[in-house]
Amino acid sequence: MSLSVSNLQCTRGDYPLFSGLSFQLEPQQLLFLQGQNGSGKTTLIRTLCGLFLADKGDICWQDKKIQTQLETYRAALFYLGHFNAIKGDLTALENLQFNHDLSGQHADEEAVLDALEKMGLFGYEDVPTRQLSQGQKRRVALARLILNQSPLWILDEPFVALDAAAVELLQTIISKKISTGGMAILTTHQVVPLTKGKVQHLNLDDYKVQI
Amino acid sequence: MLNTFFMILQRDVKLALRRRSEIFTVLFFFIIVVSLFPLGIGFDEKMLQGIAPGVAWIAALLASMLALERLFEADYADGTLEQMLLAPQPLSVLVFAKITAHWLLTGLPLVLVAPVVGLLYHLEAETVGVMMFMLLLGTPILSMIGAIGAALTLGLRGGGVLISLLILPLYLPVLVYGSGAVYESALQSGNIEPHTLLLSAFLLLSLIFAPWATAAALKISLE
Amino acid sequence: MSLFKYSAPMNFYPLAGRLIPLFWIAALLLIAFGLYWGFFETPYVLSDQKQYYHILFVHVAASWMGMWLYGMMVFWGLVGLIFNTRLSFMMAKATAVTGALMQLIALVSGAVWGKVSWGTWWEWDPRLTLSLILMFLYIGYIALQSAIDDPRRADKASAVLALLGSAVLPVIYYSVNCPNPNECASLHQESSFKGVEFNILLAMLVTALGFWAYSFATILMRVRNIILEREINTQWVAQLSKN
Repeated sequence: MSLSVSNLQCTRGDYPLFSGLSFQLEPQQLLFLQGQNGSGKTTLIRTLCGLFLADKGDICWQDKKIQTQLETYRAALFYLGHFNAIKGDLTALENLQFNHDLSGQHADEEAVLDALEKMGLFGYEDVPTRQLSQGQKRRVALARLILNQSPLWILDEPFVALDAAAVELLQTIISKKISTGGMAILTTHQVVPLTKGKVQHLNLDDYKVQI
Repeated sequence: MLNTFFMILQRDVKLALRRRSEIFTVLFFFIIVVSLFPLGIGFDEKMLQGIAPGVAWIAALLASMLALERLFEADYADGTLEQMLLAPQPLSVLVFAKITAHWLLTGLPLVLVAPVVGLLYHLEAETVGVMMFMLLLGTPILSMIGAIGAALTLGLRGGGVLISLLILPLYLPVLVYGSGAVYESALQSGNIEPHTLLLSAFLLLSLIFAPWATAAALKISLE
Repeated sequence: MSLFKYSAPMNFYPLAGRLIPLFWIAALLLIAFGLYWGFFETPYVLSDQKQYYHILFVHVAASWMGMWLYGMMVFWGLVGLIFNTRLSFMMAKATAVTGALMQLIALVSGAVWGKVSWGTWWEWDPRLTLSLILMFLYIGYIALQSAIDDPRRADKASAVLALLGSAVLPVIYYSVNCPNPNECASLHQESSFKGVEFNILLAMLVTALGFWAYSFATILMRVRNIILEREINTQWVAQLSKN
């Protein structure tokens, strides 16, 4: 089980963002993705999710191009971006249940409630999320990480809008994922201490295309 | 796959029922447009019976147009749509569920409120029946084709007006046969079978192709 | 292989530059000849039509081109969606404006013709109605194309729209031709090609070819502009402006 990217080049609008990008991600590895604003972090992440087509290069999951096995790949992938994908009119419980089911996995209500409790949302399960604070909404979104079984996580700025306690909680969740054989790609400057596994760093500025 | 379909259908209906005002907006828009016509052009009974089919259908086209804007917009804004694109199930199934929910919430109410048009325009019971039946056949087509337009204009400035520009010309066959049948039953021989068959064929075609085309359009818009 | 070479904008740009004058010359000659033949070598009056029928040489050529260019736009969009070639999207985009112009000429000349022969500027004649709808489809295409900032999305989205239009167009055509299926047979227009005089046919075809050449000249000019606009950051365009 591995994700390998070779010689990737992406263009956004009229400008090429980066080219010649290659890396390999194995189980128990955590990849930090860095780069200045406009270096193409978001574009790279969208490309890795199969939402955006690269100009050149291949992305392979288990040695097969992701375009040829999108459904398998997507079942193995968990992506969380800037948006929480949360509806204000639904309760925390309903939101989490729906979002988790959407990724093709199922958890019973017990597990969902448990996940909410772990995220410090005990007592808020049946409250419409529009009544929650920004940080609490983010916690509802992040609770999916506790339930999710996918081997590959791609998290875009997961630590934004979180308080110290939640940051620590998220660090623990990611670290646990890695130590149990998962892989993760993160765009963040936040350090994530690992109990087990390896850390890679990738700076997009190194692959910038000179115009 | 069927599970996913019902899951999304159920969620969209639940969401709409928690914000009922949006359903009623479309419904009242339809009723207001329909009742404005006689005030604008006079109350002559014969004339009203003559224009009723066209007026009802054009109001239905505009009402469904109005509702289309919201089909994907909320899910797009909060990131749910992105998650749907990344779901392992085929996007066209998810999209079909959303269109179905949309029709149940905005198309079906128009069918049910059609007798009001009958009252306002002095139509006979039989004609009202035909109108309801034709709306039942035609409004899903409006939702199907409209969904493609909504997907193409997702997140654009002035998206709502743009959709009408793209989609209204494509509604033409529905308008022609939908109102043709009602007119036929009100004033002519009353044989509406050809209209029904043509509209059903159009409905089948759009059921087959529209979800798939909408999914393709969404992928383009979210790339 | 040599054909694929020109699918790269860089190689197509000079080729188009060489073709444009040829198309302009062909357009001028063909239109001049076609209209001359149409106006002076054809019968002065035609059965029930008075001498005004000569406008048909412009009208028919323009409406043929209007339809043909829509087909071409769909074709280039489809090629672009399948092979992901940028040039074909540019071709589709460039075609739209000329197509809309042709459709406008067809509508205006049709209205003028209608005024002199039917006594009204507009008649809900199936063909005129269809021209109007086609015009709307062109307008929708151009509106969508210009509403989207990202060229990649604009290209693909408008290609999908054009495809959708071409899929629904036959249904629209049928519904316009036959709004009441109960009495369809009586409404059906006969094909007007039977027994047309050779001179009229010749003038019509030559003018249409002239319009075709004109369309290509303008489309290629527009494509060259689009290429420059989109490839402004590349080496070869920089080179071009230095020379």
